[in-house]
Order: sequence, then structure tokens, then C-alpha cells
Amino acid sequence: MQDLGIRVLFMGNNFLRLLGGLWITLKISLLAVALSVVLGTLLGAVMTIKHPVIRAVTRFYLEFIRIMPQLVLLFLVYFGLTKSFGINLSGQVSAVIVFTLWGTAEMGDLVRGALISIPAHQYESGAALGLTKAQIFLYIVIPQTLRRLVPLAINLTTRMIKTTSLIVMIGVVEVLKVAQQIIEANRYTVPDAALWIYGTIFFLYFLACWPISLLASWLEKRWKN
Amino acid sequence: MSEETTLLEIRHLRKDYGNGAVLEDISLELKKGEVLVLIGPSGCGKSTFLRCINGLEPIQSGEILLDGASITDGTAKWSEVRQKIGMVFQSYELFPHMTVMDNILLGPMKVQKRNRKEAEEDACQLLERVGLLDKKDAYPRQLSGGQKQRVAIVRALIMKPEIMLFDEVTAALDPEMVREVLDVMMELAGSGSTMMIVTHEMQFARAAADRVIFLDGGEIVETGTPDEFFDSPKTDRARKFLNTFTFEKK
Repeated sequence: MQDLGIRVLFMGNNFLRLLGGLWITLKISLLAVALSVVLGTLLGAVMTIKHPVIRAVTRFYLEFIRIMPQLVLLFLVYFGLTKSFGINLSGQVSAVIVFTLWGTAEMGDLVRGALISIPAHQYESGAALGLTKAQIFLYIVIPQTLRRLVPLAINLTTRMIKTTSLIVMIGVVEVLKVAQQIIEANRYTVPDAALWIYGTIFFLYFLACWPISLLASWLEKRWKN
Repeated sequence: MSEETTLLEIRHLRKDYGNGAVLEDISLELKKGEVLVLIGPSGCGKSTFLRCINGLEPIQSGEILLDGASITDGTAKWSEVRQKIGMVFQSYELFPHMTVMDNILLGPMKVQKRNRKEAEEDACQLLERVGLLDKKDAYPRQLSGGQKQRVAIVRALIMKPEIMLFDEVTAALDPEMVREVLDVMMELAGSGSTMMIVTHEMQFARAAADRVIFLDGGEIVETGTPDEFFDSPKTDRARKFLNTFTFEKK
């Protein structure tokens, strides 16, 4: 039994190192999520404007970001910018930029969808009471939009957290990279460490995302109209 | 109450939608305490007409005067006008994220800046009057169509409007719920409210109206007391329209 790979976890400060890697993962994702929420809300509001040029530009941005695999975007920003323009960004900064670009596009589409799903009659019945435009938004449109939006935005957050595992490819030492380092360092002494270490990572991702999912379904239930 | 005060006057109103006029040269007066019922075939512009009166639709020409002052010359504030002209819609349009009480209090508190306690007392009285006091903490989704519509009426009434507009308020209701809403409106009509009602309920129209206006093709075809209009319509168009409501075995 002493050969079980799980002991790798408790050698030296391996577990702490994994947690440190998880922190990098969460830091990058949450920073990108925060920026995406702000920029995506603005983008979503802009996308409801019925102007052909605005429509075309936002549509192009959305489709471009969605069609492009995140990994390609990461390479474009991390390697492409350096090679073509001599701009040297660290892996972490590149990651935040790419995930913000992606999150903004996805969030923008969610906000747009939520905004246009409020029927015109809701605006009208607010107006018929004498509410001003600003009051209609504040008391009628925004609360209803939020109720539709928050569960979706939370699901986007968990997707973003999971997808940051790609940034290992541009040399950021996040939880997955730390895992690889630990596995490599113990390749000869503990050959089956991989299962245990990756298993632990599975568990760590689960711990990070599960409460967020729970929050989403709790809000969904609470706000069910 | 002086029966002769004119609250609302409409002069030569014209409304266009893209291709052509929906309403053409409509003129009428509404006196204090009067119940005016607008009837006519679908698409004749009666709903559009109500929506023009409280500014939900811009008009192309003509004038609307409320208490003798124009509300369409660009100087009037719609927010103030709409406090004097309450409106109830076909699809109720309660705010789904608020309780019945909060739906009713939104206008008084945010528009009229009244304090909650006093507005709440008013709301309770009105809810009692329409038989829904026990639903004050319910959400709209928990109510039937007829109940929602009665709440929508209370939501408009609490603003103490001078005029109430009703836009086909029973058209979306199941038949057994129509009555409870019309009863509320009859009671309002009986208590001296000034109302303008668009409806397809002919028996109700006859019972509630002081004056019936028949609209067809965007213009007023005929005006009269309910008895005149329903018993001996003057125009062919009105006769033809009224015939669609009677049945004979062939």
C-alpha cells in the first residue's frame, strides 16, 4: 500500500503548490469574468441599437471570437503580438486579455438577449403610470433583465474557469502546470502519481465551480417567474 | 359635479403608420363623469386612438387638450399628463418581479412621491373594492387573468387619474373571468368616473356607456346614446357591424 501515488500529494509542499496553481487559475478567470461583466453589459446594451453599422461591427466581433478556438486567440495575443509588433506581454496578462475578449462577447450576447426579451408592453405600462425613461429602466427593465441574466452569467463564469486550463500552453504556471511539474519530478519514484494528481485537480476544479453552479440554480429557483 | 366641464378634447387628430392613415380627422369631447365606449371592427384604429391620448403613439396632426391645455404641442410633460390619464391594457402587463402591492405602489411612490404607509392604505381600500385584498402579497404569476386585470385597474386607479382608458381589457380573458372585470368597471362607471372604453362586449357597452362612438376605417362613423346606437343605428356600416353579433338559424 505504501506505493499508492497519493503520497506524492503530501511530499514536501506539493499540495500547497497545487493550491497556489489553483489560485493563479482563479485569479485570471475571476479578473477576466469581472472585466467581461462590465464590458459585456455595455456591449449588450450597444447591440440592442438598431443601426446597420453598429449591428455589423458587433456581429463581426461576436462571430470572430466565437468561431476562433480560445487556444488560437491565446497564441495570437501571446506570440503574435510579440512577433509582429514587438509587444511583450506576460502569459498571465495575455490570458486575461483573451478571456476578457471572449467573455465580453459571450456576456454581450446574453445581455442583449435578456434585454430584448422584455416585452415592449412592460415599457409601455411603466410609461402609462407616468414613470420616466430612467425610472422604467431602474424599476422595471433592469430587475427583470438581471433575473434572466444572472443564472446564465454564472454558467458562463464556470465555463471560463474551466477553459483557463488552456493557458498552460502559453507557459503560465497554473494548477495544471504545477501538476505536470510534480508528476515529472516523481516519474521514477511514484510512476502512478498522474492519476492521483490529476484526480486532485478534478476535485479542486469541482470545488471551485460547484458552489457557483449551486448559486445559479438557487437564484433560478428563487426568481422563477 | 358640473356635468358640463370638458376634460378632454380632441381636434382633428390624424395618425399615420408607414403607409397611410390609421386615424383620420378624429374630433371628440369627453366630459367629466362621462363614460364613452368606442366600438368598431378589428383594425379600425380604436386601440391606436387610446394610445395616442396618453402619448404612447405620436400623432401626425391635430391637437389633444386636457383640462383646456394642449398636451400635444410639445411643451406638456407626458409624465404629468399620464398621471391624469390612467390606462389599462389588454394583456394586463403587471410587473412580474413585484408583488401585487409593489405593482400598485410603484406609481404613487416613484412618480407622485407619496409615502408608502399612506399609499398602502389607499391600495388596501382599492383592493378591497375589487375583492382582492387577500392577494396583496401574491405575485402576478399566482393570479388568474381576471385577478391580474383587476390589479391592473387598481394600479391605474391609485394614481387618482381624471380619466381612465380601458383598451380591450377583457379580450384576453377566459369567458368566465370577463364578468368579474366588467363588474368592477360598471361600479367605476356608476361612481362617476370619467372613462373611455374600447371593447367588444356589446351588452356591457350598452349598459355602461353614456355615449357610444362607432369607429370604422379610421374615422368616426356614428355617435349616439347606447339606445339610439344599438336599437336604431343611423348608418349602414354600423348596422352591418352590429349584425355580426346576432345569429339566426338558416
